[in-house]
Amino acid sequence: MEYILIIISAVLINNVVLAQFLGICPFLGVSGKVNTSIGMAGAVTFVMVLSTTVTYLIQTYVLDKLGIAFMQTITFILVIAFLVQIVEIILKKISQPLYQALGIFLPLITTNCAVLGVAILVIQKDYNLLEGVVYSAATAVGFGLALILLAGIREHMDLADVPKSMKGVPLSLIAAGILALAFMGFTGIVK
Amino acid sequence: MNQLQNFTKGFFKENPILVLVLGACPTLATTTSALNGLGMGIATTFVLICSNIVVSLLAGIIPDKVRIPSFIVIIASFVTIVDLFMQAYVPTLYETLGIFIPLIVVNCIVLGRAEAFASKNTTLSSFIDGAGMGLGFTMALGILGSIREILGNGSVFGYKFINGDGILIFILAPGAFIALGYLIGFINSLKRT
Repeated sequence: MEYILIIISAVLINNVVLAQFLGICPFLGVSGKVNTSIGMAGAVTFVMVLSTTVTYLIQTYVLDKLGIAFMQTITFILVIAFLVQIVEIILKKISQPLYQALGIFLPLITTNCAVLGVAILVIQKDYNLLEGVVYSAATAVGFGLALILLAGIREHMDLADVPKSMKGVPLSLIAAGILALAFMGFTGIVK
Repeated sequence: MNQLQNFTKGFFKENPILVLVLGACPTLATTTSALNGLGMGIATTFVLICSNIVVSLLAGIIPDKVRIPSFIVIIASFVTIVDLFMQAYVPTLYETLGIFIPLIVVNCIVLGRAEAFASKNTTLSSFIDGAGMGLGFTMALGILGSIREILGNGSVFGYKFINGDGILIFILAPGAFIALGYLIGFINSLKRT
């Protein structure tokens, strides 16, 4: 039950993009087409779960043990950058089709603040390892959901006749705002 | 390019938020009021100036292949300094900004300036570039924060000038997207004329 609550709250109520404002850059950058958004969502899910697991273990067994929790930011960002690099190399070797699908998105993920954000949030919320993994997976699903929804909207808006100065980023932001408004309707499902 | 142009480009021509649309996450999240926006802007400016100076000093020493990880470590060190400093001296602001303080480390603006400017220029111009970009960022956060505070709460910097409630939605998440969307649209229309 506890896990279901974590999932619902991370996907719908506290959606990582629309309510917590993490990962806006890729959200605006790659949401032009539905296909690329699906690729990005896949890559983020993969890296987010992996990096949360690894950073959690490092926090518990290295940083806390040695009493150097203040090194958190430096350690986490390096671990994430390192993991992304490793994942890219491994994917290239073992699964060419998967690498083709996710490859171009992987370098972008290092600077995706949602990945670092979730790693830090899991520590702040005092989750155990399993809860942390569930939370990060659910957050990634929420990210993918918002990304694909916005991509769907933007594909339709390409044809709309809007003032020149509103084209592109401003219009996407306003569409995201209306999407966020819709997601606010979920508030109150979970106390 | 003279130093004055170097300083002022961050405000209008290359404003990181309003023109380049970099670092949107902290922009949207921390501008619930003008004061929060300014606090975030100042913290980022400090990191930006310090990392620009250090990167420009070390640019000749760092091997080209490991430059991005090295830049990230430099930036992360200054972010940790800001984090601990704010925790000690401005705990209420630290509490409000929350996770977005450590997340300065993945702010595209900071790494972007280190890579695109500081690693190729002198220390003095890197300092000026960092200050200009940082203040441009702070200015944009202040403007967006003020707009949202006026519409959402009827006040600026906590000084209330409208009785009764504002349009609450502008303090909440959707209002952030909508306000920034219209603000960038407005800047675009100014650029065209």
